[in-house]
Amino acid sequence: MSSTFAPQTPPVSAPAPRKLMTKPRPSDQIYRGVVTAFSFSALIILALIGAFLLIKGFATFKNQGLNFFTTAGWSVQTNDAGKEVAHFGLSAMLLGTVLIALVALFIAVPLSVLTALFLTFYAPERIRNFLISVVDLMAAFPSILYGLWGFFILGPMAEYWAKLINKYLSWIPFFSVPQPSFTRSPFIAGIVLAVMIVPIITSVSREVFSQTPLDRVQAAYALGASKWGMIKAVVLPFGSSGIVGGAMLGLGRAFGETVAVFSVLNIVFRPNWHILFTQGGNVASMIIGQWGEAGKTEISALLAAGLVLFMLTLLVNFAADFVVNRAVKSGR
Amino acid sequence: MTTVQPIRPWAPSKQDRTITAASVIGSAVLTTVIIAITPLKGKLAYFFLFFLLWFFVDSVLIARRSGSKGIRDGLAAKVTLFGAIIVLLAVASILWATVSRGVKGLHLSLFSHTMKVTSFTDPVANGGMLHSLIGTLYLILIAIIISVPMGILTAIYLTEIKGRAAGLIRFLVQAMSGVPSVVAGLFIYAAIILNTPLRNSAFLGGLALTILMVPTVTRTAEEVLNLVPHDLREAGLAMGATQWKTVALVVLPAARSGLITATVLGVARIAGETAPLLFTVGVFDAINPNPFKGGSGTIPMYIWLGLLAGTPESVQRAWTAILILLAVVLILFTLARTLGNKKIKAN
Repeated sequence: MSSTFAPQTPPVSAPAPRKLMTKPRPSDQIYRGVVTAFSFSALIILALIGAFLLIKGFATFKNQGLNFFTTAGWSVQTNDAGKEVAHFGLSAMLLGTVLIALVALFIAVPLSVLTALFLTFYAPERIRNFLISVVDLMAAFPSILYGLWGFFILGPMAEYWAKLINKYLSWIPFFSVPQPSFTRSPFIAGIVLAVMIVPIITSVSREVFSQTPLDRVQAAYALGASKWGMIKAVVLPFGSSGIVGGAMLGLGRAFGETVAVFSVLNIVFRPNWHILFTQGGNVASMIIGQWGEAGKTEISALLAAGLVLFMLTLLVNFAADFVVNRAVKSGR
Repeated sequence: MTTVQPIRPWAPSKQDRTITAASVIGSAVLTTVIIAITPLKGKLAYFFLFFLLWFFVDSVLIARRSGSKGIRDGLAAKVTLFGAIIVLLAVASILWATVSRGVKGLHLSLFSHTMKVTSFTDPVANGGMLHSLIGTLYLILIAIIISVPMGILTAIYLTEIKGRAAGLIRFLVQAMSGVPSVVAGLFIYAAIILNTPLRNSAFLGGLALTILMVPTVTRTAEEVLNLVPHDLREAGLAMGATQWKTVALVVLPAARSGLITATVLGVARIAGETAPLLFTVGVFDAINPNPFKGGSGTIPMYIWLGLLAGTPESVQRAWTAILILLAVVLILFTLARTLGNKKIKAN
């Protein structure tokens, strides 16, 4: 390599000034084009999911009409004339999905808020990061692990809890049962889902709690508030919409959870709102349960059910995103 | 010689510590006594009774000094601890169940044999899950090849170009992360298997997993790219580099370890997904070297089949496989944490 300090021949004439312009060069235009095109992949994928499920499930929507949402049942029979008679109704599954998700929220939201408060304000400095990692790790557990755990470990325990609840609280309609059979109930599925969504709600709440404006926290302390007084007066009002948003994100996850619920729930096509009783429904789990022996007509119906599930979760996620963003942006 | 000792007025005093110790020990003793003399029994009773008594005993001890405000403060501290302990108990229970049940079925042939000549109900020492490991590896590789460029380019749009649609894209990526895994599988089935001659294969499974992986990669990559100091970009542009050269030669190398973290987190997200594989990959008992044709064994499906077969041997296989899967997820997770904690340096 030649030295940079070597004398160079002086330029013959002064260099012409470069033309200044704000228009990006061709290479940058290509770069911008490619990146922008790729960034729309999320939009394209979401649109394609909706479109293909609608196209392939359209026959079911057309044949079943509103009955698809309002009746319960799932059967394809060949009648005497050799024609297929199909009846598909999702009402029991939709009711079950909502019921299980509500049980899960009812358990998970208080636990998550308490855990988030503990992690943000009470946990000793030394173990805080470790505990946060543990909760984050929980979110990374595969759902089939929750299924196995729910079926073998939690199931028997929760059955016992269900009997206790039924014994002392059966005067509340929700906790009564038509027959004393408590296995594989929506209650157990709800607990499994609760454990699955706790990390989601906890991390969203924790994020919002930790953004509480410091001046307000210090103002509360300066006015003589105890730690709990400060939390009640400053942190909870500030973080409330974060908690709501986190709960809705958890709800979206709870609607779409498949394998874990399938492992612990007895799926029956009959609407049942006795949460302790061994009958439940869940759209996502029903789809994989019926898939194995599904014929052509039934596959169309299952794809239609998939579309219903997709729309439901999309709606909940949109709403959650809206609420969380407002919570994070509002600042003060 | 005297030195000035730093005082720490917020630290618990000797009296505080005595009160805490006395209330914990006192309520533990009381719990044992009450459980011994009343018909209450079981772990559940122990757990709840202890906390109830602890609230009570501690309140009485605090009340003398701090009044009702102190009682409420102490109560809040204990209730949050109570909630956190329940969550930790659940995690501990899951980990303990997996490890204690899984290790019984661990043996070397798991990593060298397939289920070609073995059925799930045979004794556990027969057969293995080599085919599943290879299948899952294929799935992960395919998902990485498609979703990492997609995710990182989307993140570049959000952080470097900051186009007009950035808000919309961020919103859609968030929505995409909520797509249920079963819907991702159904979509690939409806779009590809019903419309083209392609049938069940690892490739289609990888496509389904891509849908689930892209949002994770995008969001983590966006966070990481946002951490790259602006000085670096300005320096690149000031040196006369074009925009894309600044991104390719300055920003991306600076964020390299963070981008690897994004990939690893994405892989951890999809490694254990089961539902999409039911529709797209199917099952196979032996090694299938061709990812584009024919079903393939995968770890989640191996667990699934073991669970469905329902005999003690097959369930044992499922627990062992989930232990291996969990170990993989744990390693990926730790890797992501370690890489993520590295400071972003200007090369």
